[in-house]
Amino acid sequence: MEKYEIIVVGGGHAGIEAAHAACIRGHKTLLVTSNLKNIANMPCNPSIGGTAKGIVVREIDALGGLMGKVADRSHFQIKMLNNSKGPAVRSLRAQVDKLKYPREMLKELKKLDNLTIKESMVKSLIVEDNKVEGVVLENNEKIYSDIVILTTGTYLKSKILIGSEIINEGADGKKPSVTLSDNLKELGFDLIRLKTGTPQRISKKSIDFTKLKEEKGDSTPWTFSYENKPLYNLESQESCFALYTNEKTHELIDDNLHLSAMFSGNVEGTGARYCPSIEDKIVRFKDKNRHQLFLEPESKELDSYYLQGFSTSMPRDIQEAMVRTLPGLENAEILKYAYAIEYDAINPYLLKASLETKLIENLFTAGQINGTSGYEEAAAQGIMAGINASLKLKNEKPFILKRNEAYIGVLIDDLITKGTTEPYRLLTSRAEFRLILRHDNADFRLRKYGFEYGLVSRSIYNKLLDKEKQLEELINILKEIKVNPKDKEILSKLKIKEINTSYSLYDLTKRPEITINDFIDLKLIKNEYSNEVIEAATFNIKYEGYIKKTYKEVEKLLKLEAKEIPEDIDYDKVKNLATEAREKLSLIRPRTIAGATRISGVNPPDIAVLAVYLKKEYGKNE
Amino acid sequence: MEKTICAISTAPLKGAISIIRVSGKDAIKIVNSVFSGADLSKVKSHTIHYGYISHNNEKIDEVLVTVMKSPRTFTTEDTVEINTHGGIAPTNKVLEILLNNGCELAEPGEFTKRAFLNGRIDLIKAEAISDLINSETEKARKLAVNQIRGTVTKKIEDLRSSLISLMASIEVNIDYPEYDDAEEITKEVLLPSLKELNIKLVDLIKESENGKIINQGINVAIIGAPNVGKSSILNALIEEEKAIVTNIPGTTRDIVEGKISLNGIILNIIDTAGIRTTTDLVEQIGVEKSLKVSKEADLVIYVIDNTKENINEDIEQLKEIKDSKVLVFVNKDDLESKIKKETLKDYHLVTGNTVKEDGLKDLKNKIIELFNIDYFENTDYTFLSSAKHISLAKKAKNSIDNAINNLNEGILVDMVSIDLKESYDYLSEIIGEKYKDDLLDELFSKFCLGK
Repeated sequence: MEKYEIIVVGGGHAGIEAAHAACIRGHKTLLVTSNLKNIANMPCNPSIGGTAKGIVVREIDALGGLMGKVADRSHFQIKMLNNSKGPAVRSLRAQVDKLKYPREMLKELKKLDNLTIKESMVKSLIVEDNKVEGVVLENNEKIYSDIVILTTGTYLKSKILIGSEIINEGADGKKPSVTLSDNLKELGFDLIRLKTGTPQRISKKSIDFTKLKEEKGDSTPWTFSYENKPLYNLESQESCFALYTNEKTHELIDDNLHLSAMFSGNVEGTGARYCPSIEDKIVRFKDKNRHQLFLEPESKELDSYYLQGFSTSMPRDIQEAMVRTLPGLENAEILKYAYAIEYDAINPYLLKASLETKLIENLFTAGQINGTSGYEEAAAQGIMAGINASLKLKNEKPFILKRNEAYIGVLIDDLITKGTTEPYRLLTSRAEFRLILRHDNADFRLRKYGFEYGLVSRSIYNKLLDKEKQLEELINILKEIKVNPKDKEILSKLKIKEINTSYSLYDLTKRPEITINDFIDLKLIKNEYSNEVIEAATFNIKYEGYIKKTYKEVEKLLKLEAKEIPEDIDYDKVKNLATEAREKLSLIRPRTIAGATRISGVNPPDIAVLAVYLKKEYGKNE
Repeated sequence: MEKTICAISTAPLKGAISIIRVSGKDAIKIVNSVFSGADLSKVKSHTIHYGYISHNNEKIDEVLVTVMKSPRTFTTEDTVEINTHGGIAPTNKVLEILLNNGCELAEPGEFTKRAFLNGRIDLIKAEAISDLINSETEKARKLAVNQIRGTVTKKIEDLRSSLISLMASIEVNIDYPEYDDAEEITKEVLLPSLKELNIKLVDLIKESENGKIINQGINVAIIGAPNVGKSSILNALIEEEKAIVTNIPGTTRDIVEGKISLNGIILNIIDTAGIRTTTDLVEQIGVEKSLKVSKEADLVIYVIDNTKENINEDIEQLKEIKDSKVLVFVNKDDLESKIKKETLKDYHLVTGNTVKEDGLKDLKNKIIELFNIDYFENTDYTFLSSAKHISLAKKAKNSIDNAINNLNEGILVDMVSIDLKESYDYLSEIIGEKYKDDLLDELFSKFCLGK
């Protein structure tokens, strides 16, 4: 009988990271995928990163995950978003080659000698006494394991909707998984029905690019991974193109609304507010006379462009007419039609912070099955589930990132304390501490964990320690060196009119017009610090006030986080809770008072009542 | 909340009847055990019953008992109110009987606290109710009633919604940098809106400080050199206005000698020791305390003797308290004037005497003018009345000030949004709301975003 320590079901972005983390931590692991070609597939937008998401990719990299490294090898355009805004909100986004990325990813997986990849479908789980023991494949073959991680993406009972057509299949024409969904329901999971969509792919040859606005990548060669040196040739970058809908487009959509699956009643699932179809946008925002769209190349090896912003569930002939109202696309040839896709997901309040399900022991879930959307969100959960599955096997404490440590912490905490009713996407506005969760400090924040959990090598970890040392040294030097009122030459070069007393370079750095590089140019400090270290020092000094403010808020949170709620608490015994609060608390069972405060429907009076109860019953948590 | 609590809910010594309130799961059972009349365990909710409170077969008092069953009561718990005859003896006796039969004495504010903990009222209402209980004048009552109805909440919510709309616009720029549909929130766009918000907050704080005056009155310190007639002025004021109460301990620091109502506003008049330069240690302590009291008072009435030639010492003392609101009363104008009034031209000045009681009316009119008391008549009393809420509003305003200053110093908009968030959180704290996903809801309802 075949037996593994860990089985990962699904080879998408979550599954890959989970399997990779498990293997690196030394576990005999099986990855079951319905199709080898499905590994690391990008069925929707051909890009990785974006606001908040780009920071997540760096966090995954700092923890020792794959996404950033492989994306660096596979993209043909990269951009630092929000470069004109403050450093706290910058984030990378790359146009990734949708054929090369899966190839490169597969190469990485093949390096793992304790990983077996099997092409098959999982029909159901083997569960004994609320404990998972393995999986049953479609051919009724049973495979046993200590842990199962489900990363099935949108494939649970997925349906594709185009106009009045309903096709029972997953994204990119893949087989859906029907029985597994029923199996989960039988096991007691609260399943929700979600909806998302993808726009048309247009043939490059049929596009009149002269009518479009070109959007180039940055000329700075960025990398997601802290380990990678820039490896691409700026010359071979591909551009994206911006365009707009117009009155004709809107009229056509308005006239044919009844034909859209969205409006004909065929769609049951809840779509995300941030990912509306074009018909949705036109209905909801009637006063807007145009909507912005982008054309993004999908691969150097393909002729297709992704028409971002034009996702729809209209019938094919209407789609054709719609596309042809757009400037530059008058003669467009559609290679692939847009569609809406519906699928089952687990309401994620049923998960522990480790991503193990509360209902079935040793069963973990990660990615879109948990109600999220996006490759990056999936990969982030994947690596966390992989590490935690391994920790569970070794009887060790789970690895939980707090909201002040990482976007990954925000993501998982949001999921488990709030549940979700729409596909969940990370946004910078979800992170209350975004000032300290930046793209440039993900390694400072998380490398230590990557090293501690064995995904980051000693030599790479040492590099971070060196960087930390350099930063400390630079800050100290800036504090030590003073500029006196007499140093007229220096002052005039720094364009400072006059000072009455001596100032340290540290204090001078706080002035908006002064940079640390000015001091290096004036030979006040040695030119031996990396750009990254200078950037980090600059940030820490210039925004010291805001950083302190943020840490004050973090302290408040940590105080509440320290107030643990006993796992066996019976909320029926807590008198005077509002009914909604009692129900939500019983269902979600937050680990701490901090978690309880974030549950919708649990209001401050409930928190007061709960705190009083805990103090009385357990003699703490005042 | 296991305990059943009781307390006398009316002020002692006032009125023909007193009310004792009992709240908790055993409220009806306990009262029923000492009540002769209808069986209270069987009566309908929200009904009144006539009978006696008895103890060892002795009728203690003839009472009316109101039975109100959970949850439609103030505390949401079973509540019984016993109307006894006024007077300390019978009321205290009934209270004692209840305490002997399983009730515990309520702590100050415990009924309101229970109403809050049981989800009956929000924080701002809880605090307004405590103000209502303490309100001594009609205006204070109106203000408290308005707070309960939520007009203050509405005002705060309006401010919050202006803020969140700005924040959402900033967030859209951050999360969707490539969408040119959303207006770019630059310093130039943000500054005018912030200034407007600031004005609203300043108004609210100003009105609220008036609100505080309505509720808690104006603390007036009468100071001056010994024997200038401070006490006579105090007595004359109290005499004429028929002091509401005398000898009530004010704060822990001072003694409020008397309270008078001036056009519906309470003046808490604080007595102080006479002040003069002295080498006597004990007297020195008294003088320092007087100066301290006058610095903390809302108004200082500085009394000067009209017959004194040399007032240099008074001028020195007046300089000491230059940061307070000061009104100079030149007393004894029925005697020959020796002081040079031009040295006092920088002060609000009233002359008079307590012998013929001249100038007292001028004094009162001056106070009415200084505190805009007439204006209170016409306003709609929608402001924050607790010191805690006012201080939160001030913090909210400070955060906006910081945002404005930081923008002017070239700090980027996405950083400044931290100041806005801070301001928003302070406002939320006033109405007891936090931990909400308002921002995202605002974001997605206002902007058309997505792939």
